Amino acid sequence: MARLTSYGCSLVQTREDWLNDPTKPDCEQAMTKFLELKAEHLQLAYDQHQVVADLSVQIPSGRVTAIVGANACGKSTLLRGLARLLKPRGGVVYLDGHDIHRMPTKQVAKQLGLLPQTPTSPEGITVTDLVARGRYPHQSLFRQWTRADEEAVASAMSATEVLDLASRPVDELSGGQRQRVWIAMALAQDTAIMLLDEPTTFLDLAHQVEILDLLTDLNQQDGRTIVLVLHDLNHACRYSHHLIAMREGAIVAQGPPSTVITRDLVGEVFGLRCQVTPDPVSHTPMVIPIGRHMNASLDGLAFDTTVHVPTSSLEQRS
Amino acid sequence: MTATAATRSGPQAIARARVIVSTVRSSARVRQLRVGLALTVALGVMFSISVSVGDFSIPLLDVVPAMLGLGDKGSVFVVHELRLPRALAGMMVGLAFGLSGAIFQSVARNPLASPDILGITAGASAAAVLAIVAGASFAVLALSAFGGAFLLSIAIYVLAYKRGVSSYRFVLVGIGLSSMAIALTHYMITRADIYEAAEANVWMIGSLNAVGWETIGPLTAVLAVFAPLALLLTGRLRALQFDDDMAKGLGVCVERSRLTLLLVGVALVAVGTAASGPIAFVAFLAPPIARRLTGAPLSLLPAALVGALIVLAADLVGRTAFSSTEIPVGIFTGLCGAPYFLWLLARANKRGLAQ
Repeated sequence: MARLTSYGCSLVQTREDWLNDPTKPDCEQAMTKFLELKAEHLQLAYDQHQVVADLSVQIPSGRVTAIVGANACGKSTLLRGLARLLKPRGGVVYLDGHDIHRMPTKQVAKQLGLLPQTPTSPEGITVTDLVARGRYPHQSLFRQWTRADEEAVASAMSATEVLDLASRPVDELSGGQRQRVWIAMALAQDTAIMLLDEPTTFLDLAHQVEILDLLTDLNQQDGRTIVLVLHDLNHACRYSHHLIAMREGAIVAQGPPSTVITRDLVGEVFGLRCQVTPDPVSHTPMVIPIGRHMNASLDGLAFDTTVHVPTSSLEQRS
Repeated sequence: MTATAATRSGPQAIARARVIVSTVRSSARVRQLRVGLALTVALGVMFSISVSVGDFSIPLLDVVPAMLGLGDKGSVFVVHELRLPRALAGMMVGLAFGLSGAIFQSVARNPLASPDILGITAGASAAAVLAIVAGASFAVLALSAFGGAFLLSIAIYVLAYKRGVSSYRFVLVGIGLSSMAIALTHYMITRADIYEAAEANVWMIGSLNAVGWETIGPLTAVLAVFAPLALLLTGRLRALQFDDDMAKGLGVCVERSRLTLLLVGVALVAVGTAASGPIAFVAFLAPPIARRLTGAPLSLLPAALVGALIVLAADLVGRTAFSSTEIPVGIFTGLCGAPYFLWLLARANKRGLAQ
């Protein structure tokens, strides 16, 4: 993880920067995967309800970007907009310089993959079949299943360690296993950019870390661009190079987590009092919420321990 | 961490993974192939039995020669004029219903969303009964049923459309419209004279009684166009079995593909209904049976074959079980389908409560 934080976090990395980066893994495939995703003056709405008003953003290529913000701040909507699932009311999303809505959707699917928040699987489908369906954009009527398809599915299942589950029905898997299978499917799609909407939400802590480690592997191995919507700020700080904080459909701050995440920003974005200290493991910012019952001074770490929640509430009850 | 990442993506790991993937995939394919073959053989046998058994029995071995016009004149007449068109129509109607059911259930991602439950066959019935009451010819009746099925489908699509079509709205709107079509049908039957009412009743249960060579032509034509089209759209249908976002992410034009597939499904069920009446629960039952046999979440061809088997078997039993009268094919399929329908509802209810 230390390697991740020392990775250098310029806002937008140029192709040259990336190629000269000494920590860059040696992988030829990686260079062809360097694709740019950005939005200009994006307006997104559901029916009459405008969610994103006028948003411009550039996703750093070859990096992990985390989008954070309170519930209903428009982060999932932005992700859906970037993934061309939502037609913008105004503005343009550019993939590699082209208007994403004017590109053939199957063409986009070869370059940009997506994992929705709660995907549903067809009843009774097996793990291998599900992962293989990620190859759809690479197939056609006359090119049904090739060696390349098999290789992509095999390496996706190997990277996500779901080979032992290969012939199991997806319905029977645990939450953590299922999420790895979904990521394997997105991986089999073999895209330069992967967008994931809250991939850790329904998992326990160990499985959350497992998924985030896996995504870091994918980013490090071949410079894949990864965009995540995350709820856990500490995970976002640890695992992303670039962090986008949103509030009411607009970007409040963006940049490396170490400069973006401050006490004031968390207050502004989440309306939450907190302390920010360096994470003892990764040295990235760590957010410690205060809440109503802690009488903490906002300047230091001096907690007033005389007001202790469990005791007082017990006394009230008795 | 990087070390394990390397071992997971090293050439040896990938080679091992490829072996596993291809083994799992080929064993699944072998099973599908076997099931497909077994179903085809079973259908051939059932077809021959259908042609062979009846008031005037023809030995099984003489069936194929008689179809080709060889053998004694009596057998050739019975086979050509009575049994063959009926068996052919039964088979093709079953193929159309099974295929249509599989398309509908996959597009709507709901085992309840078959065209008979959604009321598309009820729409056909209402239009057909209208034609019967109006004293129209059989050809007009068939056309009218075809039109009724389409009209009801359009109504479902328009009423269920809200930023795309969601599965639940689709099923609920369908069930609602189905009740309306049934009410309309009953109203017309109560107003009709007794002969027309009797004819309408038999038609509504679904029967192969009235089928002759003249129905075979249109059935063949529609099947020849739409069945291959359905098979060509299999890839898209597979992607649509996920949710809309996932399907779009995979590069499918969701609304356009869904509309095309539904159109194919409606055409198939409409032509089937026009030929034989709404044979209950075939479109509903065939796909899940096929899926259970093949173990694959989408089995279009097996679903069609199972549909044909169900119709031929039910018709055979209906023709021969009671010597005095013929029981319409729809009664037997209804008897078999209803318990499954109840089980599915009970299970859906339990799941809903669990969530």
